[in-house]
Amino acid sequence: MGDQLVFALQLVITGVAVGGVYSLMALGFVLIFKASSVVNFGPGELVLFGAYVSWATILPMKLPLYVALPLTFAVAILLGLVIERGVLRPLIGEPIISVIMVTFGVASVIRGFLNMTWGSDTRPFPVLFSPEPIHLGPVPVSPVHLWSFVGVLGLLAIFSVFFKFSLTGMAMRATADNQQVAQSLGVSVKRVFALSWCIATVVSTLGGIILGSVRGGVDFSLADLGLKVFPVVILGGLDSVAGAIIGGVLIGVLENLSGGYLDPVLGGGVKEVAPFVVLVIILMIRPYGFFGKVEIERV
Amino acid sequence: MQCGGFRTSYAGDERIFDTALPIVGVTALIGVLAVVPQFATTYWLDVLNRIGIAVIGALGLNILVGYTGQISIGHAAFLAVGAYSTAILEINAGLPFYLAIPLGALITSGFGLIFGIPSLRLRGLYLAIATLAAHFITTYGIVHWESMTKGVLGMMVPPATVFGLPLDSDKRVFYLIFALAIPAVFFAKNLFRTRVGRAFIAIRDRDVAAGVMGVSLYHYKLLAFVISSFYAGVAGGLMAHHSRILFPDSFTLLVAIDYLAMIIIGGLGSILGAIFGAIFMTLLPEVLKLGATSLTGVYPNAFGLIASTRDIVFGLAVILFLMYEPQGLARIWLRVRNYWKLWPYAY
Repeated sequence: MGDQLVFALQLVITGVAVGGVYSLMALGFVLIFKASSVVNFGPGELVLFGAYVSWATILPMKLPLYVALPLTFAVAILLGLVIERGVLRPLIGEPIISVIMVTFGVASVIRGFLNMTWGSDTRPFPVLFSPEPIHLGPVPVSPVHLWSFVGVLGLLAIFSVFFKFSLTGMAMRATADNQQVAQSLGVSVKRVFALSWCIATVVSTLGGIILGSVRGGVDFSLADLGLKVFPVVILGGLDSVAGAIIGGVLIGVLENLSGGYLDPVLGGGVKEVAPFVVLVIILMIRPYGFFGKVEIERV
Repeated sequence: MQCGGFRTSYAGDERIFDTALPIVGVTALIGVLAVVPQFATTYWLDVLNRIGIAVIGALGLNILVGYTGQISIGHAAFLAVGAYSTAILEINAGLPFYLAIPLGALITSGFGLIFGIPSLRLRGLYLAIATLAAHFITTYGIVHWESMTKGVLGMMVPPATVFGLPLDSDKRVFYLIFALAIPAVFFAKNLFRTRVGRAFIAIRDRDVAAGVMGVSLYHYKLLAFVISSFYAGVAGGLMAHHSRILFPDSFTLLVAIDYLAMIIIGGLGSILGAIFGAIFMTLLPEVLKLGATSLTGVYPNAFGLIASTRDIVFGLAVILFLMYEPQGLARIWLRVRNYWKLWPYAY
């Protein structure tokens, strides 16, 4: 196998691994949007929050992993409840600009709070996997990437089962489909809203933990990664769980390939901008994404 | 003394000033602004200058978001295009500032026109996401077009000169900024008494309905982007002359969010709101700085916490305004004013 091909495969595999994290973030985003039509413009801050809290419980507090991780998730669930109860519920039915801005406001408060508590220095993230690369055929893959991808796949499988078969999952799907009908059939729409935020914060926290261990450290630039959620959900469709998952992997691969091949030509940074170029193109040709529901407008 | 509103004609209803008092007030304010640089310290002049620039920028954004209802998270990109094109026109083409600022603003308008094209197909949320993407693409362009913009190294801008007098101090730039900010306010105020402004408002309230009534969506949506980005272009050009050095880092997404916060906190769809919001958002960090200075005696680390406190206060302000006073400071002002206007005869 030629070096060219190995290089390409390596880019694809890293892309898939990073894309898995994007899928997780996008899943959180899509769940909130499906349930309550709220667009979270601060997905990055949720990831950041998860990464910092897990860092704080594992390193400075020296808790063992089996205590630290559940504790982190408990804190994440609490955050989701606070955001939903305190901020978004009073704004139900307000114009879209208010909802967008309020999520920016929440993101800003989270960022300020993290900065105040732990400062803005880069924190070394605990090494959860060995740095020794595993060889998949001729292509070296770092275990972090491999495990994060396996983890993401497992999680997505759990979520599919949850939505397909559990009563709560079905209630969430019903709410997404038609709020009034769901309510009349006894679904507590309020609980579904709260639950969707909790799931979103938990998946984002997982994303934060995975990203933290992939990069070996957490700092505030993690939050910028969160904005990659937008290309993903636009590609997949804002209200499609399957779209979020496929879109995440596609965007991850795409940004890695464009970074790998175009950076030498265009002089760096292509990786950061390529997803957004794709976003614009998709918006122009297929605004509801590849799996989203097409809305028809009536006066 | 006034005890209520009584109008007998449409012209009377449309008047900006319905009594003599506000005219006196506005004239007095302009008079005060004219002499303020003679007394103010450099620090406060700098703050005032930034307020003046923010007023122009926020007016532009309010025309687009507050009046026309087209959500844009790309305002920082407009400011950046305005600032860089003004600077490039002055440095590379050797134009004087009085040509470079309007030309830079025109270039920004053209840019806004391109930004606005997605608005013909997309609305609300999708438009917001499209402008977000456009923001990243624009800043990428500015960072990497190094032959023109000097990239991350920063670009020095020579001071503007009026009749051989360089505008190189805060005091002198002050007059340039406010000579543009005051007409900008009056133009915006009057815009919404015209056919064009009414069309914008109709589009905001329900665009399909406006289209059915004969408002050309194609024409007016793009026009809103053009006017809004012209304002941003002027504000950007003034930024170039105020700070005299441009970095791509001065135009991050956070700047766009700050401008959105200005019009939310000040009041969406209100000229006065844009002004209040610009003042509020510019003074917020300064007030925190003053607070930190007075606290250093008790708590020596206070200065280190300014940035994070600012983030928290900013976020809380946005959240609380949206929850309890969605029409912002302008609405509070109106309530207070109306109370006193009719006092003691209000019923």
